[in-house]
Amino acid sequence: MRRFVKRLYLALILLFLYAPIFVLMVYSFNVSKSRGNWGGFTFGWYAELFRDRQIMQALWNTIVLAVLSAVIATFLGTASAIGINAMKKLPKRVILGINNLPVLNPDIVTGVSLMILFIFAFNMIGRGGLGFTTILLAHITFNIPYVILSVLPKLKQLDKNMYEAALDLGATPAAAFFKVILPEITPAIVSGMILAFTLSIDDFIISFFTTGAGVSNLSIIIYSMARRGVNPKINALSTLIFAVVMILLYLVNRMDSEKLKH
Amino acid sequence: MRSKTPAYPYIVWMAIFIIIPVILVFYYAFTKTESGGMVFTLENFARAFEPIYLGVMWRSIRLAFFCTVICLVLGYPVAYIVAQRKTGTRDIILFLIIVPMWMNFLLRTYAWLTILEQNGIINSVLASAGLPKLNLLYNEGAVILGMVYNFLPFMILPIHTILKKTDLSLVEAAQDLGANGINVFLRVVFPLSVPGVISGITMVFMPAVTAFIISNLLGGKQVVLIGNLIEDQFLNVYNWHFGSALSVILMIIIVITIGIFSVAERDEGGAVL
Repeated sequence: MRRFVKRLYLALILLFLYAPIFVLMVYSFNVSKSRGNWGGFTFGWYAELFRDRQIMQALWNTIVLAVLSAVIATFLGTASAIGINAMKKLPKRVILGINNLPVLNPDIVTGVSLMILFIFAFNMIGRGGLGFTTILLAHITFNIPYVILSVLPKLKQLDKNMYEAALDLGATPAAAFFKVILPEITPAIVSGMILAFTLSIDDFIISFFTTGAGVSNLSIIIYSMARRGVNPKINALSTLIFAVVMILLYLVNRMDSEKLKH
Repeated sequence: MRSKTPAYPYIVWMAIFIIIPVILVFYYAFTKTESGGMVFTLENFARAFEPIYLGVMWRSIRLAFFCTVICLVLGYPVAYIVAQRKTGTRDIILFLIIVPMWMNFLLRTYAWLTILEQNGIINSVLASAGLPKLNLLYNEGAVILGMVYNFLPFMILPIHTILKKTDLSLVEAAQDLGANGINVFLRVVFPLSVPGVISGITMVFMPAVTAFIISNLLGGKQVVLIGNLIEDQFLNVYNWHFGSALSVILMIIIVITIGIFSVAERDEGGAVL
């Protein structure tokens, strides 16, 4: 009896978590635009989605932003993790404290503070405006801390003698870094980069405040559409995003289990 | 590997994109624009404490509090039940709890529109049963529902992490010594899980108190939170001074929250996340 109650409770919570997503998916195939009734099956909303040039442009912006900001943040973040690792205790604590600010600060505060910075700077120069560059700068800024938090612990674990040993054996500092240190910390760098990529794709609030006229990513488009009420095109888009996420999760899991086998 | 140079570009970056923006927010919060220039003032903060804005802040804290309590009440049993399972099933259930979090936050919130709106699923079911339609959207209840839906996993996961590590023989010992189910829970299991509960409360309360998208989509104009007020000041009213003062207040609320819970956590010994 108790077992049954426990199972029922878990099932109800999972239903609560999944029901809205499934409703969204089912209604992306609904002919009728009014939610209440089922008008028949259609792929029409998907066709309309792909014909919508604004949405396709936003999709492209989202991907470009995510790739660029993740790559740049990974370079800057990894380099600074190496530098921070060499620092003494006090400067290290100060830098890591500042580094934590964007992580702890509410997104909305980070968003408005960057918006103030950009507009302030544009007013000083006398030209320029919010747009793709400012979103990109904002994304890099909130991505770097996560790369550092991912790479730094790995650097701390490294045996300090390895680098010295490479030098003693005649390697140049560059060779010692690229052949000895880098391979050791690569997994941490990759996971930092994936984290940065996901955060950039998922971000709405900071992009919302740092974007200018005409430049949108997917979440900005979704937000402006959702504010006007329910729209079956968003349902179709959500279904596709959910499918992509599920496929990616499946692939990552499979890669992990393959690794375990070997 | 002794060189600090690689960190210098990021130090410059931090100065420009992290420190200066925060300074600018404080600068605008303590000034006002008067003919020609900016002058120091505390007016923005005084204004924030006018009854209408105090009401908004109070509502933000109240809704975040309700959301946290509901998440704790709903989430704790989930964490407890999952922690008792064998590793295999446990991982599957945890995976199922995490998957929805991979969906975009906006889409998860938007999904509730479909269910709650005037012609939504609940109302069409009611209508077909001959019952009157309900106003489910654009009220505080809808906003709390949206928050609980989005943040519930943040409560379940840290509590589960702690419970999983708890020594089950302690529970058996308590039972052997004659404690009944309620006593075992209240005097053995729950005290052991307090660090997880504290992490969970922090991780739910903080995003809930700063939320503005959930209230915008599910609360409409009826439920204004401090986040909505800030957005409005920057994007519609263009009063950066007042908006900055509100941002400073929001930062203070967060600092106080982190302070309270890190003290509590230290007393309990050891952080979870």
